[in-house]
Amino acid sequence: MSQTMLELLLRSLWETVLMTAASGLISLVFGLPLGLALVATDRGGIACNRWVNGILGALVNGFRSVPFIILLVALIPVTRLIVGTSIGTWAAIVPLAIAATPYYARIAEVSLREVDRGLIEAVRAMGGGRWAIIREVLVPEALPGIVAGFTVTLVTLVGASAMAGAIGAGGLGDLAIRYGYQRFETAVMVAVVAVLIVLVCGIQWIGDRLVTRLDRRG
Amino acid sequence: MTQHFAPIEGASPVDTALSETVVRIVDLRRRFGQTPAVDGVSLTVRKGEVLGIIGRSGAGKSTLIRCLNGLERPDSGQIFVEGREITGLSERDLQPLRRRIGMIFQHFNLLSAKTVEENVALPLKIEGQSRDERLRRAAELLELVGLADKAKAYPAALSGGQKQRVGIARALAARPAVLLSDEATSALDPETTRSILALLKDINQKLGLTILLITHELEVVRSIADRVAVIDAGRIVEEGQVWSIFADPRTEVTRSLLAGIRPQLPQAIATRLTGVGREAILRVDIAGEAARRPLLQELATSVPGRFRLVHGGIDTIQGEPVGTLFLGVDTASRGIAETIEFLNARKARVEVLGYVTDNA
Repeated sequence: MSQTMLELLLRSLWETVLMTAASGLISLVFGLPLGLALVATDRGGIACNRWVNGILGALVNGFRSVPFIILLVALIPVTRLIVGTSIGTWAAIVPLAIAATPYYARIAEVSLREVDRGLIEAVRAMGGGRWAIIREVLVPEALPGIVAGFTVTLVTLVGASAMAGAIGAGGLGDLAIRYGYQRFETAVMVAVVAVLIVLVCGIQWIGDRLVTRLDRRG
Repeated sequence: MTQHFAPIEGASPVDTALSETVVRIVDLRRRFGQTPAVDGVSLTVRKGEVLGIIGRSGAGKSTLIRCLNGLERPDSGQIFVEGREITGLSERDLQPLRRRIGMIFQHFNLLSAKTVEENVALPLKIEGQSRDERLRRAAELLELVGLADKAKAYPAALSGGQKQRVGIARALAARPAVLLSDEATSALDPETTRSILALLKDINQKLGLTILLITHELEVVRSIADRVAVIDAGRIVEEGQVWSIFADPRTEVTRSLLAGIRPQLPQAIATRLTGVGREAILRVDIAGEAARRPLLQELATSVPGRFRLVHGGIDTIQGEPVGTLFLGVDTASRGIAETIEFLNARKARVEVLGYVTDNA
């Protein structure tokens, strides 16, 4: 593989990492509260509200049912509004984050829902309000699941970022399509896939290690 | 409430000295759908006492105890904690009040992501105390429950009994006026149960802490309660001092709850009981004064004829003797009516269970 090819591979790796990390972080920041809101407003939740729950649920389902490639194009005006352009790596982060947020919210919701109701009751019984329940019970107790779910989201984002090549975002997926697939450069294709495997394995490994360290349930 | 055996003078540890009311429940009602879970309960818990509420599962005891700290909303009735009415308070107004009420649970409900000391200190964190202050209090409480060396451990590393000790320490952290115990020993083995009950009794005596516990195990009530209330179908059917309820259960529910720990007629005899026979089997319940005197010796000397002790014994509850004896009386040599009359005169309750023909 030529020197330029190697440089291209490295640049693409960086673009993929950037897109995954930035959109992952955004999805964490918005998805976790959204997941909390879904659990809290649900029936029997700490802030039960059928209307809010229904609207949030519908919103999440709506975004999740649109295929990512369509979302990518449909969100161009929004992207332009936020980033100033609809082309490039940063532009791709907007639709990636918007797609990943409801996805992660659902994953976080599952973990939060699994927290033993008795623990919530115990904190209520000691005079704790909603914030205390969220801060002391829901988030810390669900943390292993929240982290494991975040790992899944990141890996999904690595895959989704390949499609972002369609709006000139670059990244490993884009490299594989343009060189490996369209120009029949098998060596590039193999190299890209190899790098992706390492990347995904790395993310998963770090995530798993973290979960093991966080899980005190014995 | 029903009148039970009168206590012997000086034998009653509660009642007179401790009259200050901590919790007062007035005609409390709560129904789920068509089924009433709590159906008009009125109860008073006095300062420094251990009140046991016992009932079968589904009797409404969980709903009742959960109403006391507002985890459950009653449909009607009133609850006063330290004179303040809590029914009708908003969730926000309930929060400071709940700090006056500690609670321990059947499944401990310790936070798995927090260390033992963090669990114990949590009520104080919620209250807004500084880290130093709450960790000092946690250390103090862990010392009290005998787990000072486990402060940095996580709950997963503890045994069931240790977990409940942490639960007790946590419930005491905010210096509550009353401790609610929701089947706190039901998930523990008998030995651990005894040690947890001993700890609760110790805390009750050392700190003068008022304890209200609900349970389906009579053993729990027997070993630490001063007074007991029997709940069935959402109603208090019997209430009084533990020893007197044990000695003289007035309702079927109480009797069946007692069956597990009171002497029962051995199966071998029970199955052979008939309407007539050579030997009459008598059940004799004695308590207090009746159980202090040499009853069997008196019976043997004052009424002629043969009798034997088939089964039974005398137990001590709250310092009062309470017992059940099963006597086999030889009908050929001894008058049954006379025997019963003699025992009744000495405040023993007698019931002829039946007759057997051959000795066993």
